Amino acid sequence: MNVITRYLKSLMLAELVAGMGVTIRYMFKPKYTMRYPMEHIPKSNRFRGLHALRRYENGEERCIACKLCEAVCPALAITIDSAPRESDGQRRTTRYEIDLFKCIYCGFCEESCPVDSIVETSIHEYHFENRGENVVDKQKLLAIGDRFEQQIAADRAQDAPYR
Amino acid sequence: MADQLINQVVWPLIYILCIVLPLVIAVAMFVYWERKVIGWMHVRLGPNKIGPGGVLQAFADVVKLLIKEVILPTKANRFLYFLAPLIGLVPALAAWAVIPFSGKMVLSNANAGILYLLAMTSMGVYGIIIAGWASNSRYALLGAMRSAAQVISYELAMGLCLVCVMVLAGSLNLSEIVNAQAGGKGLFEWFWLPLLPVFVIYFVSGVAETNRLPFDMAEGESEIVAGFHVEYSGSAFALFFLAEYANMILVSFLSAIFFLGGWLSPLQGWISADAPGWISWLGAGSFAWLFIKAFVMSFFFLWFRATFPRYRYDQIMRLGWKVFIPIAIAWVFVAGLLKYYGLVSTGVGA
Repeated sequence: MNVITRYLKSLMLAELVAGMGVTIRYMFKPKYTMRYPMEHIPKSNRFRGLHALRRYENGEERCIACKLCEAVCPALAITIDSAPRESDGQRRTTRYEIDLFKCIYCGFCEESCPVDSIVETSIHEYHFENRGENVVDKQKLLAIGDRFEQQIAADRAQDAPYR
Repeated sequence: MADQLINQVVWPLIYILCIVLPLVIAVAMFVYWERKVIGWMHVRLGPNKIGPGGVLQAFADVVKLLIKEVILPTKANRFLYFLAPLIGLVPALAAWAVIPFSGKMVLSNANAGILYLLAMTSMGVYGIIIAGWASNSRYALLGAMRSAAQVISYELAMGLCLVCVMVLAGSLNLSEIVNAQAGGKGLFEWFWLPLLPVFVIYFVSGVAETNRLPFDMAEGESEIVAGFHVEYSGSAFALFFLAEYANMILVSFLSAIFFLGGWLSPLQGWISADAPGWISWLGAGSFAWLFIKAFVMSFFFLWFRATFPRYRYDQIMRLGWKVFIPIAIAWVFVAGLLKYYGLVSTGVGA
């Protein structure tokens, strides 16, 4: 009896038809595809992407060349030189470079910074076109910070209650 | 003399163009439709960048293929290597000569249309075998051998299915086969009902004969890379591609003609011819009905591809020889009895 029902079932293509039922159901389901350049997946405000150096509201750069980020960086991606600034003798960086090929985006630099100067923004779409562009210098980092300050500040403010 | 030339050469050439050009465009759109449908079944979107909703994707692919270099493998047989795609393509196009698109639209209303079709569809496999041999590649040869064995096995089952159709219709002419399915009971007059198992076998054999999934042993990406056309590139590959898809559309049309009443309306006999406007059009046979039926049948090709994993080689052989052929033979007798005792109405003409 069992044998006969099995034969009948396979002759009626029962399982194949069931499988086709599954695919036709999925055909009308909403699609998961994100039309990437036009649509974006929501991102956490804690996302650790491209680095930036911030400024105070009066335009003074925050970084005081304490070199804590350089010390804490597990990938040795940060290189800092410092000297007294010529105008007022304050301790400032003369060189602040991050090698993005070495960086592992752990966020330790941001955690260690006493003046919230170095931050990791939520930018994750960036590219290099020439050799050497992976090493981002101080001017570029400050420029990134200037350009995305609003977003950086908003992300930090949103996270503030949990810190 | 001039009249003769025009009647025997010029007009047939124009008719041929009228079939081949839409066919090539249909192939392009079918490729796009396939990628779209399979995408949807995978819960993706499918191509959607080129043209509105991606409709021009296939044309972009064609341009890409035509621009690419055609590579001749070392020690390949040059003549056969370039002949093979043509041998594959020509029968796929030639078979369309006997397809009746409606009561009057048929290029060649041959009396032995079915024989011609069987000859043409089995010719296509020569292209595959020659391609596999001439490529001087192990994978290509394996694919070609598999394809040959498979097509031969399924051709038998297919032929036996057509025997059932011939028995019921009493004719080898495709137009007469369609006319034999005319009657007053709508879609229940068609041959799919008395020949239901045969209909299924015919269509599945058609899938196997066109080397489509789940019977794509000839290509078998995961085992033999791309099978018989592994060494082909550029426009030579495009010809194989064109032939494969033209064959798929052909099988869809054939199953619509043999089992689903061709150009006949599914509402025939239920709607009188003097009903007003478009309602009477619904009851009349037209090319649109054939097109709709073929479209539905071709959708099954894509549906199968999105659903089933590839058969193992011995399973394919077992299915062909031990399941399909016995059932088809048995149904030849059933069809004979149905016809003999007049249990199936075989149309106005019969």
